[in-house]
Amino acid sequence: MICRQNFGGSMNDLWQAMTTAINLLVTFDTSLVEIVVRSLGVSLTAVFLATVLGLPLGAVMALSRFPGRRVLLVITHSLMGLPPVVVGLIVLLMLSRSGPLGALGLLFTPTAMIIAQTILVLPIIAALSTTVFESLWQEYEEQLMSLGAGPRARIQALLWDGRFALMTAVLAGFGRANAEVGAVMIVGGNIDHVTRVMTTAIALEASRGDLALALGLGIVLLLLSLAINTASYSVREFARQRYQA
Amino acid sequence: MISTTPPYPIRLDKVWFHARTKPLIKDLSTTIADVEGLTMILGPNGAGKSLLLRLCHGILPAHDGQISWGERQDPGLQDQRQAMVFQRPVHLRRSAAGNIDFALKLHGMPGPERKLRIKEALDLTGLSRYHDTPARLLSFGEQQRLALARAWALAPDLLLLDEPTANLDPAAQRLIEEVLQKMIAGGTRVLMSSHDLNQARRLASQVIFLYRGRIKEQTSAEKFFAGPENDLAQAFLRGELLWWRRRAVFEPDPDKENDDF
Repeated sequence: MICRQNFGGSMNDLWQAMTTAINLLVTFDTSLVEIVVRSLGVSLTAVFLATVLGLPLGAVMALSRFPGRRVLLVITHSLMGLPPVVVGLIVLLMLSRSGPLGALGLLFTPTAMIIAQTILVLPIIAALSTTVFESLWQEYEEQLMSLGAGPRARIQALLWDGRFALMTAVLAGFGRANAEVGAVMIVGGNIDHVTRVMTTAIALEASRGDLALALGLGIVLLLLSLAINTASYSVREFARQRYQA
Repeated sequence: MISTTPPYPIRLDKVWFHARTKPLIKDLSTTIADVEGLTMILGPNGAGKSLLLRLCHGILPAHDGQISWGERQDPGLQDQRQAMVFQRPVHLRRSAAGNIDFALKLHGMPGPERKLRIKEALDLTGLSRYHDTPARLLSFGEQQRLALARAWALAPDLLLLDEPTANLDPAAQRLIEEVLQKMIAGGTRVLMSSHDLNQARRLASQVIFLYRGRIKEQTSAEKFFAGPENDLAQAFLRGELLWWRRRAVFEPDPDKENDDF
């Protein structure tokens, strides 16, 4: 009997949390919107930085031959599965007051979170873009040489012709940044109004019992993930139909 | 700085090329494209025709020996005085016009002039209606014509073609030959590989007969088709040189032992 009552009670709680969550979403609740905006700001900045660093790195690994290239490739691919908490820990050690970059005073700021996520996303974009550049280069090398294309023109051609495949690599990086909780939790500290983002807020509110906000943010995260994958799929389909690429 | 000297004659001096340890081009010394017109590289499959073309184009380095282009020791590909059409056309993921535009831009040609040249090139090769079509959606034959259109647009002094009509129907083959003849008439020197003897008779002014990485005969087309001196070339013309390994009718190759692999 008690058991049943409890069950019924928790169902009610869940129902109530759900309706409140949807209410928060449709009314653009300020605390929810603030967290979503901060999350997107941190992740998009990190993905932008990782793209700016990762694409040239991928191009270099794909096109040039230098000692240690294979080792670098294996390491980059391994780092794609880097546990976010480990990255968080390393960045924490670097930025903590006694660490080598402690003087910058970045710990528990959004900048620290951006650094951590950039490190997390960089291997994904670098490794995936290496594959894109390698297969394109294999196809284009003779023709581009024959046309007398210099290094700059070659890279430009590969970037432009690989644009769709590279876009999906960047989206994969964004998906990763968006979903991780470990790294930003450690280096950001989940401070309200300062470093609280969607994933850390969910972790906190779930343990504290504010299911409505947690669920509302969870829905936003799921929708974002859906949007990223829809975009990625559409880009691939478009490229396949238009260029048979 | 753009070079104004043509990239011919191509002089090869004791040129070797190996795949791993197997020699594919052996101690080749000759002068190519020293006369006007089309030089046809003939020879059975695996003779090294494509390899010789790539060496002459300068996109493959010789493993041993020297190659020079006119007065230069390097192929000067960035000057685009020479162009190559490959056996399998490679096009960028852009429109037909975009592909020609890419090559002309590298050449430093200004925009309005490029537009005009692209139109001319597509008209010449019968591809006008594909101006905006992604190049990779064209049929194989159309892609090969586009590759030739791109080469034509560059107005090269030297054009290299690696069996450009190997997989084309007779009409497409004829169109490509017509464009080639126009370019030859305009002063472009052409170096082309083929194993189509009729095509060689129609187009060639010079013939190089290549067999197992060595030039067995190099002479005017007239002399070659009247009756080559080399016994392997004779067998090739009779259609008896079936296979570049053991099934050849003769086995007179002096470096046969080298080639036993």
